Amino acid sequence: MSAIVKVREFWLAVLIAALVFAANLRAPGFASPSRLSGIVEDSSILMILALGQMVVILTRSIDLSMASNLALSGMIVALINQAAPGIPVPMLMAVAAFSGLLLGALNGVFIWGLGIPAIVVTLGSLTIYRGVIFLIAGGQWVNADAFSPSFVAFTRIEVLGLPLLVWYAVAIILAFVVLMSRTALGRSFYAVGVNPTAAVYAGIDVGRTTFLAFCISGLLSGFCGYLWVSRYVIGSVEVARGYELTVVAACVIGGISISGGVGTVAGAVLGALFLGVINGALPVINISPFWQMAISGAAIILAVVLNGRGAKRSQRLILRTAEAAA
Amino acid sequence: MSVPSTETRHIPDRLGTPLRSAVFSWPSLLLAVGIVLFVVNSFASPYFLSPWALSDATFNFTEKALIALAMALLIISGEIDLSVASIIALASTMMGLALQYGAGTPELVLIGIATGIVCGAFNGFLVTGLGLPSIVVTIGTMSFFRGISYIVLGDQAFKGYPAGFAYFGQGYVFWVFSFEFALFVLFALFYYVLLHRTNFGRQVFAIGNNDVAARFSGIRVERVKFILFLLTGLMSGIAAVLLTSRLDSTRPSIAAGWELEAVTMVVLGGVSILGGAGTIQGVVLAALIMGLVTFGLGLLNVPGIVMSIFIGLLLIFVIALPIVFRKVRNRRR
Repeated sequence: MSAIVKVREFWLAVLIAALVFAANLRAPGFASPSRLSGIVEDSSILMILALGQMVVILTRSIDLSMASNLALSGMIVALINQAAPGIPVPMLMAVAAFSGLLLGALNGVFIWGLGIPAIVVTLGSLTIYRGVIFLIAGGQWVNADAFSPSFVAFTRIEVLGLPLLVWYAVAIILAFVVLMSRTALGRSFYAVGVNPTAAVYAGIDVGRTTFLAFCISGLLSGFCGYLWVSRYVIGSVEVARGYELTVVAACVIGGISISGGVGTVAGAVLGALFLGVINGALPVINISPFWQMAISGAAIILAVVLNGRGAKRSQRLILRTAEAAA
Repeated sequence: MSVPSTETRHIPDRLGTPLRSAVFSWPSLLLAVGIVLFVVNSFASPYFLSPWALSDATFNFTEKALIALAMALLIISGEIDLSVASIIALASTMMGLALQYGAGTPELVLIGIATGIVCGAFNGFLVTGLGLPSIVVTIGTMSFFRGISYIVLGDQAFKGYPAGFAYFGQGYVFWVFSFEFALFVLFALFYYVLLHRTNFGRQVFAIGNNDVAARFSGIRVERVKFILFLLTGLMSGIAAVLLTSRLDSTRPSIAAGWELEAVTMVVLGGVSILGGAGTIQGVVLAALIMGLVTFGLGLLNVPGIVMSIFIGLLLIFVIALPIVFRKVRNRRR
């Protein structure tokens, strides 16, 4: 028990539960199963994306192109569905995931092959991918009536009381639990982040591992492209604009260290859920939705301040004594 | 954030001459790109080569470039500020609020700039006072500052700024030279001197290259970084005054996405995103190049979103090409 209490994910979970409880006091019925499953549904895409971003951040990189990748892959399947409604939806999901994988791999090639910092590459591809959406769609939107019924249904069908969208997230979370704790690749993400030099001596190809991290984040972004378009029933250039930083925010709140090597699947998922609960609770307790942005901003700042407290002491020890001596 | 390089280092037999290193420097490369763009543009559109057209062109980058100047120093010192666009939104909102209470032009300018400085100080305190990573802190303040604008404004807008206020974003100092452009030139000179000709500038480079060594050589790292955050806030405040004056209105979505454009400008200008290297000349040239690209494409009726593809490609290729060349050359040895 005492071991669990020391884990920050535990406290984040407690905080989320407290938020739900507090919101329920103000607006009875907030904690009802249907409302809660709605919040989980709203957070599902963010959870999946946060897991992808987590892998990248673990390797000391950052992927700012996730939202653009999502929007581009989503637009591709939206256009395919519009042109050929007969194509089965699982195939479109595969197309979206594959397009995302390619876009992510493209980032990875520049980062691995040329050694350009990830933040620069993905800053570039962030704008390029979004521009390409405009080109392939000819500046048009894909409106709700253009989608085939099954395209829209494949995130909504309820299985065991929860929509499929949630089950996709659950499946991906489980896959990540296995990947991060039970496979050599998963462990090498941590190794590369904690100490790249030591990772090389342990026989890990740092460049290749980073490349694979970007492939994973791309794959998940692409898959979420389908999910997003299907859930919100719109394909446009504006889809998920600015969402890349929300994803990073979820990771930060989940305790994933931006300097690499530290972070858990549970953290990423809870970070996303935390933002989801806040967004879900505000309208219910009669706070204008315009408060959302400031509150999630404050949450990020608070999370970093709390995360930083433990890390700072050991990091600055030498310098403190040096300053004292001077 | 980089992968450790396994490339071998070649020690040259001879040191490059000053002329040779000047010709092959990053700013010269940018200058060449700029000249090519300029020539291509003047052939592509008959409207390009007119003083008024070129003057108009300066409006779409000067505000971002003002921020990029301060951001360059910040990035050289190894930090980053992603909240600049949100500072613009908050400063503009505060000016709009003051307007509702009957503030005149001088008060508006003062409030805009003061808001910028306060925001910069807030970032600076979190990063240097509490020792937190700036990229995460400023992602947080980015939502926070703009979030306050949304709380104040919602889906409304502030309008009706006084007539005298319009001068900052729309006025001309002399002939085709706008107030904005003149201000940009002045600040470019100021930051050139600050970074390349003062003790403070050398300290910024020292911190960016090795902040532990900098600390041991007696540089007050925290203080320098704090000042850099203040400067970035100040420039964002100034940009907010200019932009609000130019648009004559404030919406919470004002300057959305500018943080990434400012960073693009800085990186395109040859500043190392890992810190420790960069020049103001490069940043100024990068600003001009981005202005040329967007304006030239605009004359050809290319939509803004397509222009962003060019900016993105420019960013990646201008950085990738020298690396590819170096790799090819090393392989030949």
